[in-house]
Amino acid sequence: MFRSVSRLVRKFRAINAHYNTPRIGMSPAVRASLMVLRGYLLFLVALMLYKFVSLLG
Amino acid sequence: MNIFAKLYYRLRKAAKAVQLYLVIAGPGIVVMVADNDAGGITTYAATGAKYGYNLIWFLLLLIPVAYYVQEMTVRLGAVTKRGHAEAIFTGFGAFWGWFSLIDLLILDWLTLVTEFIGMTSALEIFGIPAWLTFVAVVLLLGTIVLNGRYWTWEKIALLFCALNLVYIPGAFMVHPSLDDIVHQGLLPNFPGGFDGQLFFFLMANIGTTIAPWMLFFQQSAVVDKGLLEKDIPWGKFDTWLGSVLTVVVAVFIVVVTGTVLRGVDIDNAAQASAQLQETHHWVGTFMAIGLFDAGLLGAICISLASSWAFGEIFGWAHSLNTNIKEAPWFYACYFLTLASAGAVVLIPGAPLVLITLFVQVIAVTLLPAALVFLILLLNDSENMGDYANTPLQNAIGGTIVLVIIALSTLYGISVLFPSLFG
Repeated sequence: MFRSVSRLVRKFRAINAHYNTPRIGMSPAVRASLMVLRGYLLFLVALMLYKFVSLLG
Repeated sequence: MNIFAKLYYRLRKAAKAVQLYLVIAGPGIVVMVADNDAGGITTYAATGAKYGYNLIWFLLLLIPVAYYVQEMTVRLGAVTKRGHAEAIFTGFGAFWGWFSLIDLLILDWLTLVTEFIGMTSALEIFGIPAWLTFVAVVLLLGTIVLNGRYWTWEKIALLFCALNLVYIPGAFMVHPSLDDIVHQGLLPNFPGGFDGQLFFFLMANIGTTIAPWMLFFQQSAVVDKGLLEKDIPWGKFDTWLGSVLTVVVAVFIVVVTGTVLRGVDIDNAAQASAQLQETHHWVGTFMAIGLFDAGLLGAICISLASSWAFGEIFGWAHSLNTNIKEAPWFYACYFLTLASAGAVVLIPGAPLVLITLFVQVIAVTLLPAALVFLILLLNDSENMGDYANTPLQNAIGGTIVLVIIALSTLYGISVLFPSLFG
């Protein structure tokens, strides 16, 4: 079990290392915009989940 | 004589073009028709029952929307020879890659649950219990993918796509008024004014026409099929045909429920089928068969979209042209996704109808994130060369993203402040 988990962790690390350098350069402004968009969309999803739970109730 | 020679030459040329298209056809049609999945059929049936023909114009607008989004994946797949997950990891690095992959995993799984909800409820109309449908579907889909050939899988999927057309005769059998369809359905209008419910339905209809899994699926299918840059025009035509087909089927479903069940509260397509059977037996039966077929087609594609994406990133063999010994993790991922999603419908008392509608809306809410990456990838002129996005294509893609964000925001506002829109 421990070996499987450590093998999985190694695999994730290998993937992160393999894709460490993005091919497409992004300016800090673009990166920040993408983060804001991502956060905003997750906020909207949270609202929908709230609606879902309230409808269930 | 010269005229006959010219005619013969043109006929031969046309026949060759059709032959060539038949070789390349597949990813576009399959992904677009599969998008009329169980959740989609439920959404269209509910839209027709709630708003009659009034939102047909909106569905027609979704033809170019679906085309412009999906044709980008054709170009990206044919030029880079990479699936969508790998393209995002390579283009933007692991951080954004994991975000996209986790989005895909969650949305695919949720959508797959809705496919099983559709399939089990459709067959329950014919007296088949949910557990039996679950077992039969997992076995059937397993047999289809384990034949070890992309080509065979694709042709079987195309056969199920053809079954999706069953709604068209159904619509003629309920004798709708063409005059009403033209006057109420083709002129843009917002029935009942702007309110949270209308935003919900508009979003759900977008969500059934374009969804994140489709981007991943079509690009991976283009790569697995081995389409080249020279095949891009045919790939685009395939996508265009698929976009038209998917919306035509959607319109016919809206016509059926808008004619027979107008004003009836419809929670799901199975309920619509059962109610239709009371007055129009065969139309209700077609609706139930179509619902099962839609769920099956959706399940075939969505489970593959996840497996392809994970295979690309984890470096597993991930092609339908490989067998289970060559690609054990690819098939394990496929069956695990399929079986776990299917098991949800067997949970007693699960709110299946609510899950179906909300999955569509959550999928469309997360869509802009995927679309932004897609547009950025298509602007990488160093990688895409002549196939990079033109300013017009960027403007169209950008507008689609903005409209979806605006609709999601309006729906979010209506959730927070229900009385704001009346």
